Amino acid sequence: MNKYRVDIAVIGGGPAGLAAAMSAHEQGIHPSKILIIERDNVLGGILNQCIHNGFGLHIFKKELTGPEYAQRYIDMVEGADIHCLLNTMVLNIDPKTGENGSSYKIYATSMKEGVIEVSAKAIVLAMGCRERPRGALNIPGTRPSGIYTAGTAQRLVNVEGKMPGKNFVILGSGDIGLIMARRLTFEGAKVHCVAEIQPKSGGLQRNIAQCLDDFDIPLLLSHTVTEIHGKERLEGVTITKVDENLKPIEGTAKYWPCDTLLLSVGLIPENEVSKTAEIEILDSTGGPEVDERLETSRKGIFACGNVVHVHDLVDHVTEQAYAAGRSAAEYVKNAECVKNAECVKKAECVKKEETENN
Amino acid sequence: MREMVCINCPIGCNLKVYGDSEDSIRVEGNKCPRGEKYGRDEVLSPRRMVTSSIPLRKDEKTGIFEMVSVKTESAVPKGLIFQVLSEIKKVKLKAPVEVGDVILKNVSGTGIDVVATQKREQ
Repeated sequence: MNKYRVDIAVIGGGPAGLAAAMSAHEQGIHPSKILIIERDNVLGGILNQCIHNGFGLHIFKKELTGPEYAQRYIDMVEGADIHCLLNTMVLNIDPKTGENGSSYKIYATSMKEGVIEVSAKAIVLAMGCRERPRGALNIPGTRPSGIYTAGTAQRLVNVEGKMPGKNFVILGSGDIGLIMARRLTFEGAKVHCVAEIQPKSGGLQRNIAQCLDDFDIPLLLSHTVTEIHGKERLEGVTITKVDENLKPIEGTAKYWPCDTLLLSVGLIPENEVSKTAEIEILDSTGGPEVDERLETSRKGIFACGNVVHVHDLVDHVTEQAYAAGRSAAEYVKNAECVKNAECVKKAECVKKEETENN
Repeated sequence: MREMVCINCPIGCNLKVYGDSEDSIRVEGNKCPRGEKYGRDEVLSPRRMVTSSIPLRKDEKTGIFEMVSVKTESAVPKGLIFQVLSEIKKVKLKAPVEVGDVILKNVSGTGIDVVATQKREQ
């Protein structure tokens, strides 16, 4: 089994992971002592499929597309020579490791290396989030093909060059759903409507303006899909108006023929790996409980980005990841300080370093 | 008077635009100068950024296309969006591609270039 020993392991190579790694490096951690573990074959995470513009206004004062925003951080990380393992999936963090300042052990797997063990003094969790699937909605009806989450459809169209259908209905007015309504229209498909169960859209106002209104796509507020029709392939959906308690109102059902239904009904922080390390997860956010330094309930394990809670803007993810990277770097430096024989107490040592820095 | 949402940033200011000629236009509700410009343009000649992705090459083993994302370097007239898209579709690309490479000059006679937004190695 291949073994890696590093100061900081970053799990996830999307915007959060890239910025956290870069930040730790800027705090003086040697690039060979930082390891980014990414399950996809490229860095950049979900930004690679977000080909629309609107990213980076806060940080770069410029409107970039997702791939451009990602490339800026990929260039920084590669320029700094920070080591990355691609096509590598983290399986678990051994919960029995990491006690009293010892290293954590992470187990991961890849086609190239098989199972690997990574010993890390600190960990930054940056796994992002995933979409709520059909199963989370309990929509009655058949189970035909032609039902996708909006993000899956986005990947198919933008990254793999495949159209998932011709006639679309979108359930949920999250930003990815709105962006996809425009994208599919651009590729020649017909988007018949977007149904939103709430009386108000969950997406940004500007996306309703530029993705729906521009192309006369109706947004049906207080409406939801109440039945799915079709045996092999989706043939249509029933959309019904709901009352203030989100219950369908009798007599308002309407049949909408379509071959594809996209779901844009929310995102959930992806914390399966966090749970293996026995980290406290909050019910309210679905992400780990973190303090102001982004440290989780386990000392030396930090978290940032959409794995903590779902952010509206990638700029905010980057800012939070920089803070987490700094905290992880400080944690590693303090731990080294404690080990140093000259330092009798950690407090003294930290104090000494602070004076030197000033 | 026309009401609209500014699309320049995630704040999405609710704008009120009075008047319909170069001299008479007055924009209200904007929090920054970009909103003023957006309100004016939206009434006089609305413009939009266009982004798309086009195939670069096919992986013969998996049958999956490797795509490259592209954008217009600045906003094009709204009425030309679909013409711009069909011109983009006709472009044949070859690796390597760098971010910012011009892949189509002066698209639809707008004077605006289409550039790659993704890097693709040889």
